[in-house]
Amino acid sequence: MTIKVRALREFWCSIGFAERNFMLVKRYAGWEAVFLTYTVVSALTIGLIGVGTGDQQLVLFLVIGAVLWGYLSILFHEVSECIAWERGEGTLEYTFMAPVKRFTQLMGNALYAITYGLGRAAVQLLVCALFFGISLAGANFLTAAVVLVVSSLPFLGLGLACAVLPLLSRERGSQATHIFQASILLVSGVYYDVSVLPSWLRPFSVVSPATYTLRAMRAAVMDGVGLADVGNELLILVISGVVLIPVGFACFVLGERWAKKTGKLKIEG
Amino acid sequence: MSGKNIAPTRDEKEGLKMAAGTYERVELERELDGFLAEAMNDGRPALKVEALTKRFPRPEGKRRGFWRRRPKFAALAAVTFTVEKGEIFGFIGMNGSGKSTLIRIVSTLLMPDEGQVEVFGVDVEGNPARVRELINRVAVDAAFFKVLSGSENLRYAARLYGLSPRLARERYDGLLTRIGFDPKRLSDQIKSLSRGERQKVAAARALMTAPALLLLDEPTTGLDPRSKREVQRVIREMREEEGTTVLLTTHDMEEAERLCDRVGILHEGRIVTIGTPAELTARAGGAGTTLEDAFLKFTGAEWLGDENGA
Repeated sequence: MTIKVRALREFWCSIGFAERNFMLVKRYAGWEAVFLTYTVVSALTIGLIGVGTGDQQLVLFLVIGAVLWGYLSILFHEVSECIAWERGEGTLEYTFMAPVKRFTQLMGNALYAITYGLGRAAVQLLVCALFFGISLAGANFLTAAVVLVVSSLPFLGLGLACAVLPLLSRERGSQATHIFQASILLVSGVYYDVSVLPSWLRPFSVVSPATYTLRAMRAAVMDGVGLADVGNELLILVISGVVLIPVGFACFVLGERWAKKTGKLKIEG
Repeated sequence: MSGKNIAPTRDEKEGLKMAAGTYERVELERELDGFLAEAMNDGRPALKVEALTKRFPRPEGKRRGFWRRRPKFAALAAVTFTVEKGEIFGFIGMNGSGKSTLIRIVSTLLMPDEGQVEVFGVDVEGNPARVRELINRVAVDAAFFKVLSGSENLRYAARLYGLSPRLARERYDGLLTRIGFDPKRLSDQIKSLSRGERQKVAAARALMTAPALLLLDEPTTGLDPRSKREVQRVIREMREEEGTTVLLTTHDMEEAERLCDRVGILHEGRIVTIGTPAELTARAGGAGTTLEDAFLKFTGAEWLGDENGA
């Protein structure tokens, strides 16, 4: 097969993973409505803390944190849990036996996570803007969009690295992923400036890509700054993505090899 | 006009296939056909297993010290056999005899500790991606997304194997009809189907990719006698029409006798004997001996129930 035909085949395979996930979303429509309602209400309650202080800028600060964290955590969760979830369904062996490159499989799940996450974040932002009467007239949407796209890269890399955990330990892999996600939430300044963190925690905020995502997004939406003004943050995010995606993928491949050596892929039998 | 050749040119045909989204699969199958023809000319067997060994830690074993590993047992011990192209080869064995481990290694889901496995001359460890293009598997526990319908699951599987949904539908509709599955039930969620119906959808899912080597791990377990016969008939037809090679594991002696050209008896990770069903029964005692008798004799577990009044 020519390279073009192979590339087309991999593309349609990745579409297959995204399509399957959306079919599942459709089947669980009731639960999706519940999750969406919960995340929207959660963002509103966080925004109301700002309303209590009478500071409209604080409301916007908190809403950006809630919406952006919602998006990043969906991205991370969907990629990192795609293996655990297939294991639970019992389809992991079938998928791993198919002639699909592992990168294609993970990118298909990432494609779904980005599309799904953006949809949910858009609904969250729209409801919050209407509820709090937030004006986004001064926001620089081009910068915001670029920040969103670039910040997806390191989170995909982190998700890929964590996706292998359920292969290494059936019970504890998924639990470790949640702990890791919670740690990023703590140190990245989602609802507060990282300067309020205890001094021993602050170094962790420096290595968390979410810190730079939030800083750049707030600058774009609250101050309307251009791309040049968030150049440093974007550069750090690009470098983290370029490093973390191959590292995450390498971790996954090594973990898969180990699972195949020790027989950890199977559920039973 | 009458003399004009209106048949599509080769380029037009390619364009039509591309438009229908089947191009990639057609290209792959063309390439695989060429590869298989070459493999046949070379006289390579469809499956060659040589001195295959796989060990696992004993579930009940305890570590002897923190750094020591748990003691291991051999799920497969120096297993050697070949399966010729177009052959249906069966393994019978008790639970835990190593049948599923063997199928998993050939499926590239498990890596051997020692030995070598080649599918049409391709090493499963050296080039697993190529092997995956040549095989498909029906497992005892048909794995599906249970809240999705049969057609949604098949559509997803088609994408993984580079089949367009349209081409897949053409193939699985025909297959399902042949194995006696009511196509109307395809829109039902998998969880609402009976075990037998799920196995039929699983069989169609594997067969629609036209694998050169079909791995069947107890494929008819849980099927009623009629469904069992229908699935067995389709397996035989696949071999006759497509030249598909089949590696089957089963507990069902009647199935092994009816389907398999040769049968191997696997016991505690070792092959104790291989031969045609007739050869095995002859070795076990001759006239009046069934394959089940032969199995019990070769595995050293002769049935004493009748003598004990059971």
